[in-house]
Amino acid sequence: MNLDVELLSRLQFAMTIGFHFFFPPLSIGLGWLLVIFEWNGWRKNDESYVRIGKFFGKILALTFAVGVATGVVMEFQFGTNWAQYSKFVGDIFGAPLAAEGVFAFFLESGFLGLYLFGRGKVSKGMHWFSALMVAVGATISAFWILVANSWQQTPAGFIVQNGRAELTNFSEAIFNPSTLPRLLHTVDAALIAGAFMVVGISAHLILKNKEAELAKKSLKIAAIFGLIVSLMEVFPFGHLHGQQVAQTQPEKFAAIQGLYASENGAPVVMFALPINPPPELKARIAVPVPGLLSWLAFGDAHARIRGLNEFPKDEIPPLFLTFVSYHNMVVLGMYFILIMAITVYKLYRKTLWESKKLLKVLVWSIPLPLFACQLGWIAAEVGRQPWIVYKLMKTKDAFSATLSGGEVLFSLILFGVIYAALGVLYLYLLTKEINHGPEPAKEVAV
Amino acid sequence: MMEFLDVNTLRVIWYLLVGVLIIGYAILDGFDLGVGVLHLFTGDEHERRIHLNAIGPVWDGNEVWLLTGGGALFAAFPFVYATVFSGFYIAFMLLLTALICRAVSFEFRGKVDSQQWRAVWDWAFGLGSLVPALLYGVAIGNVMRGLPIDKDGTFTGTFLGLLNPYSLLIGVVSLVLFTLHGAVYLTLKTDGAQKEKLVRQIPALWIMLVVLYFLASAATAWTSPFLMDGVFSNPLFYVLVLLMGISLMGIPVLVKRAKYFPAFLSSSAAIASMVATLKPREEMRHTGIVIF
Repeated sequence: MNLDVELLSRLQFAMTIGFHFFFPPLSIGLGWLLVIFEWNGWRKNDESYVRIGKFFGKILALTFAVGVATGVVMEFQFGTNWAQYSKFVGDIFGAPLAAEGVFAFFLESGFLGLYLFGRGKVSKGMHWFSALMVAVGATISAFWILVANSWQQTPAGFIVQNGRAELTNFSEAIFNPSTLPRLLHTVDAALIAGAFMVVGISAHLILKNKEAELAKKSLKIAAIFGLIVSLMEVFPFGHLHGQQVAQTQPEKFAAIQGLYASENGAPVVMFALPINPPPELKARIAVPVPGLLSWLAFGDAHARIRGLNEFPKDEIPPLFLTFVSYHNMVVLGMYFILIMAITVYKLYRKTLWESKKLLKVLVWSIPLPLFACQLGWIAAEVGRQPWIVYKLMKTKDAFSATLSGGEVLFSLILFGVIYAALGVLYLYLLTKEINHGPEPAKEVAV
Repeated sequence: MMEFLDVNTLRVIWYLLVGVLIIGYAILDGFDLGVGVLHLFTGDEHERRIHLNAIGPVWDGNEVWLLTGGGALFAAFPFVYATVFSGFYIAFMLLLTALICRAVSFEFRGKVDSQQWRAVWDWAFGLGSLVPALLYGVAIGNVMRGLPIDKDGTFTGTFLGLLNPYSLLIGVVSLVLFTLHGAVYLTLKTDGAQKEKLVRQIPALWIMLVVLYFLASAATAWTSPFLMDGVFSNPLFYVLVLLMGISLMGIPVLVKRAKYFPAFLSSSAAIASMVATLKPREEMRHTGIVIF
């Protein structure tokens, strides 16, 4: 049997990063909401927020543990499965990974220990500060990972010399053209994920009439927070990111927008089924505003957008996956704004607690931001293909050529089994924790 | 880069940094790996809880050293990183499996009140600690002994070849070293019968370590005499050996006098000097091995 090492390595990378990427967004989102809850608990001296903090703190700990466990794999996988890539970019790509360890993990894991184990042992101010450092650490971690990944999208600050990319300008490499737009868009997505989790779990507690008064408080804060971050995700962050892609990676932009032929005053395609070959959009429905895409991308309704026909055939990304994942992400993004707006409106009218249906919808919406994260990530990464570093190195030249197909198949199955088990265990323990609910008030007073 | 830093100076700085990370990792994650190994050898629920509580707040901070080390190696020596990691593929996959099982066992174990459930995570924690503790030495043993690498820097050996008797011996040294280190750490976190038990175990582990260390040194001189070239004319080597001897002796002496924290420092110093003695033996570069 002839096994394709490149394909297997790509599958393994997609699986391990995809699974891992369920957890960091939740950690970041929950982390920042805990900062707010613990602040209220400390400054308002309100015991109920301390209980909320304790409850969601447990969920954060569980999420963080699985995130760490699956994250370790990522740090090593570049070397094990992508040796040629590692040799080519190590000078640049390794630094942010090391920096993540030094500047983010030490902060995050150190203060998480203090946050989880230090309640009542350190001063309340110090305890709040440890919650803050957990959130800050998680966000800095996202920063360094996005620096590394953005450099793959829009490499900068280097020269190719001695058969490898060598660093010439550190800050240009770090703040390459896509770093900031992608950082803002991704971290905000994480905040949405955290907000939906807190809102959904709180809604569940209200529906089950378990510590409902407490859950109303956490829902209120998380819903308002969720509406703000959902709005910001589209404008300005999504918009800025879209503009950046249009300018720096026109092939990706054309693929995700379904623009197969160049157009002046291109419209925004809302729905279509991409067929290939030849590249074609079936059942295409566009927003009836002429030149909307051109205007959004370049601020000019008549601007010309380059279609896929302008690029070499072997340099365009897969069309179906990019188009479909991007468009579903956008649909979900709109849904987040809508559902949070309705929730906040009902909070304002004081009718939310009676709207059982809406509360149920909120419970079932918990995983949706995580799906949106996955879809966005797929659009970003598949949209970069066939390059592993845009215009510099192709994915097919990047994997570890010395591996045998059998070895990679073995590890793929190994991780598949472990991750399936971890996923089941996480969901089991999460539901157990949620159904157990916050600790009763008396125990907290001890 | 800055002009006064030429490539070789940078390389030395990175070299030292990677060295510090390797030693730092051994000292810090060493004791919590050791606690995990000891965990396999007790069936007592109270003792097991103490183990987990003793390292619960610190273990992930310690493991960061491993991640940072991986990143630093990637950044500083991409060829080493790529060659070693892809060459040791199956070994790394096993290490990762161990680390994953270990990482989640802390969080999962206490979540369900069932004896079988806890037993599963006790094993995950114990084996997830034993495997890295053993592989740490196996990796060092292989790097010291020399790796089959062709002129393109591609590893040409096999997984089973990495588990050669010499490297396994070094692996057992690191396993016992970390277990001893973990036992000394636990004396800080225990009392009563559990502490007395540890105080009894420490000398036994210590004797095992010393015997194994002499065996390993003899094996090194026998199988890889080139590693000894020039070592005895290097004054740094004698300083490190002296430091190692004193700090090794310090462990049982201080434990006996119930000075547990100094004993832990002594154990840390023993690890640092033991790993550092490997440094003057970097003559392996002359044997065609391009590591560092």
